[in-house]
Amino acid sequence: MILRLERVEHLPSGWLWLILSQADGSLMPMMNPGQFVEVGVDRSEVLLNRPISIYNRTDRTLELLVAPIGRATKALRDYEAGDTLRVIGPLGQGFRSDFAPGSKVLLVGGGVGIAPLYYQACELVKKGVETEVIFGMRTAPDQAIIDRFAEVCDIKVCTDDGSAGFHGLVTAHPDFGKAKDYIQVCGPKPMMKACLKDAVSRGTEGEVSLENMMACGLGACLCCVEKTVKGNVCVCKEGPVFKFDQLTW
Amino acid sequence: MVDLSTKLKDLELQNPVLTASGTFGFGTEYSDFIDLDSLGGFVVKGTTLEARQGNDYPRMAETPMGMLNCVGLQNGGVEHFIEDIWPSIKDCKSVPVVNVSGARIEDYVACSERLAELEGLKAIELNISCPNVKQGGMAFGTTCSGAHDVVSAVRNVWPRHLIVKLSPNVTSIVEIAKSVEDAGADSVSLINTLLGMAIDVERRRPMLSTITGGLSGPAVKPVAVRMVWQVAHAVGIPVVGLGGIMNANDALEFIMAGASAIEVGTANFINPRVTIEIIEGLKAYCERHGVTRLMDLRGII
Ligand SMILES: Cc1cc2nc3c(=O)[nH]c(=O)nc-3n(C[C@H](O)[C@H](O)[C@H](O)COP(=O)(O)OP(=O)(O)OC[C@H]3O[C@@H](n4cnc5c(N)ncnc54)[C@H](O)[C@@H]3O)c2cc1C
Ligand SMILES: Cc1cc2nc3c(=O)[nH]c(=O)nc-3n(C[C@H](O)[C@H](O)[C@H](O)COP(=O)(O)O)c2cc1C
Ligand code: FES
Repeated sequence: MILRLERVEHLPSGWLWLILSQADGSLMPMMNPGQFVEVGVDRSEVLLNRPISIYNRTDRTLELLVAPIGRATKALRDYEAGDTLRVIGPLGQGFRSDFAPGSKVLLVGGGVGIAPLYYQACELVKKGVETEVIFGMRTAPDQAIIDRFAEVCDIKVCTDDGSAGFHGLVTAHPDFGKAKDYIQVCGPKPMMKACLKDAVSRGTEGEVSLENMMACGLGACLCCVEKTVKGNVCVCKEGPVFKFDQLTW
Repeated sequence: MVDLSTKLKDLELQNPVLTASGTFGFGTEYSDFIDLDSLGGFVVKGTTLEARQGNDYPRMAETPMGMLNCVGLQNGGVEHFIEDIWPSIKDCKSVPVVNVSGARIEDYVACSERLAELEGLKAIELNISCPNVKQGGMAFGTTCSGAHDVVSAVRNVWPRHLIVKLSPNVTSIVEIAKSVEDAGADSVSLINTLLGMAIDVERRRPMLSTITGGLSGPAVKPVAVRMVWQVAHAVGIPVVGLGGIMNANDALEFIMAGASAIEVGTANFINPRVTIEIIEGLKAYCERHGVTRLMDLRGII
C-alpha cells in the first residue's frame, strides 16, 4: 500500500506519532492488535523495510508510534504531512483477544513496546475485559501516550530513574503481582523474560511480542527466527506474538 | 507485441524473470502480492535430503546497499517438499525449480534422485555455493574437481534440466563454469552470495551468529555482471544471471552481458511485487527501443 501521512507528531521524548491514510482514498485493511507492518523509508540510506507495530487502526487511518533509534527510524523524523510511505501489511499473528467478559488481563509494555498495546487495550475493553496496563520506561514517558491509554483503561507508569510513576521495574510494581487471568507483554527481551518467569511461577498464562530483526516480514527469508518448542520458527509469520509455553526461555 | 520468451536449452520460459532461492520461500509466501503464473519461473528454498534447523539468530545484518545473511539452509527436507509443498505449486504456468543443497555428494544424489520422481518438475538448481554452512556445498563449488564430481554424480540420476549455481568466492569462476559444463550441466546460474562480515562496534561483537555470512543486494551487482559476462563468453551452455537486481534496467545489464534469464533475490524483500514490475519494465524498454525479441539483446556486449 502507498500511505499518506495525515499528521506527524513529534512527541517531547523524541518519539514520532504517525497518522496515515490510504493515498488512493480507499479503506484501511482489517488489522488485528499485535500485527505489524513493514515500512519502506525510501528517504533514508537503508535498503530493507522496517517492521513497526500497529498502534491503532480505524477504517480510514493507521497509526504508528516510532522511537528513532537508527538509520531508518531517524530518517522518518524528516517526513511531513502529505508525504507518502510504502507500507506492506498487516503481517503476522497478533495477540489473543477471545477472553470472556469480566476476565482480567494485564498488558505490560516496555519502551516503544507499548505501541501495539493501545490497539489491544481498545479491543479488550470493547469485549468487556477488565484491562490494566503497566508501562515501563527508563525515564518519564510522553503524557500524550498516557492520556490516550487512560481514556480506555487503567494505566500505571514505572520508570527506572523515578522521574514518573513507580520507581523501579515493571515486575516490582505492586499491581504486577495481583491475580490476573492472562498477561500480554511487549518490550525489551530482558523485561519480557522477567515478566514471563514471574507470571509462569504464579501459574499465569500469557503472551509476549518479539522484535527480532527482519528482512522480509513475509516468512520468505528465514532471518527472523526464534527457537521455540517446535524448533526455529519465523517471528514475522508465526509471531510476533508467542504464547509463553511456545518459547524455550 | 514484444516477445519476452527465452530458452535455457530445451527449457522454455515465458519470460526471463525467475526468483532466487532463499528469497522467495516456496512461492506461496508471495501469492498475496503477485500471480506466480506471470513469472518465467521461481526457484524455491534450498532443499536438503534431511530437514535442517539452520544457524542461530541473528542471521541478518544490513550493510550499505546490501545485506549479509547466514540462514544456513533451514528447510524441512526433501520429503517435506514432496509431500507438503509440491502439490500446491506443481500446476503453476511458470516453471518451479528446486534448489538442491547438501554436505556430501551422496546427499545431493539422493535428494536429486527423489526429486526426479516428480514428473512435472522440469528443472533443479544445484547449489554448490552456499557460504553459510560447513561443507554447505561451497567446498564443492570452490574447486574444479569438486564441482565436476558433484555435478557428474547428480547428472547420472537427474534426467531433466540441470542448472548449477556457482559461487563467486573463487579465484576463477570461469574455470569452475567450464568444469561443470564438462560434467553435464545444462546451464549455470551466478552469482550466489559473496562471503562477507560486519561488526557491531558498540557491542564489539560480530553482527551475525556465524561471524561471516553471504552478501547480497545492489552492493554485489557490478561483481555479478562482470562474472556473468566472463562466463557467458567462456561456456557454450546458457547462463542465468543474478546478484543485486532491483529493476528492469539491472536485469537488462545481465542480459546484455550474456544472460539468457535472470533471478531476483533480495529485491523481493523490499518490494514483493518487484518481479512483475521488472517484467513490465522489460516490455516497456523493448517497446521504447523498437526491440521485438528481448533475447536479441542477449550478449550484445
Ligand atoms: C514486529 C516488530 C514490531 C516493531 N514495532 C515497533 C514500533 O511499533 N515502534 C518502533 O519504534 N519500533 C518497532 N520495532 C523495532 C524497529 O523495527 C527497529 O527499531 C527498526 O528496525 C530500527 O531500524 P533503524 O534503521 O532505525 O535502525 P538500524 O540503523 O538498522 O539499527 C540501529 C541499532 O539498533 C539495532 N536494531 C535494529 N533493529 C533491531 C531489532 N529489531 N532488535 C534489536 N536491535 C535492533 C541495530 O543492531 C543497531 O545497533 C518493531 C520491530 C519488530 C520486529
Ligand atoms: C536470506 C537469503 C537466503 C538465501 N538462501 C539461498 C539458498 O538456500 N540457496 C541458494 O542457492 N542461494 C541462496 N541465497 C542466495 C540468493 O539466491 C542469491 O544468489 C543472492 O542473494 C544474490 O542475489 P540478490 O542480490 O538478488 O539477492 C540466499 C540469499 C539470501 C539473501
Ligand atoms: S523476516 Fe523474512 S522470514 Fe521473517
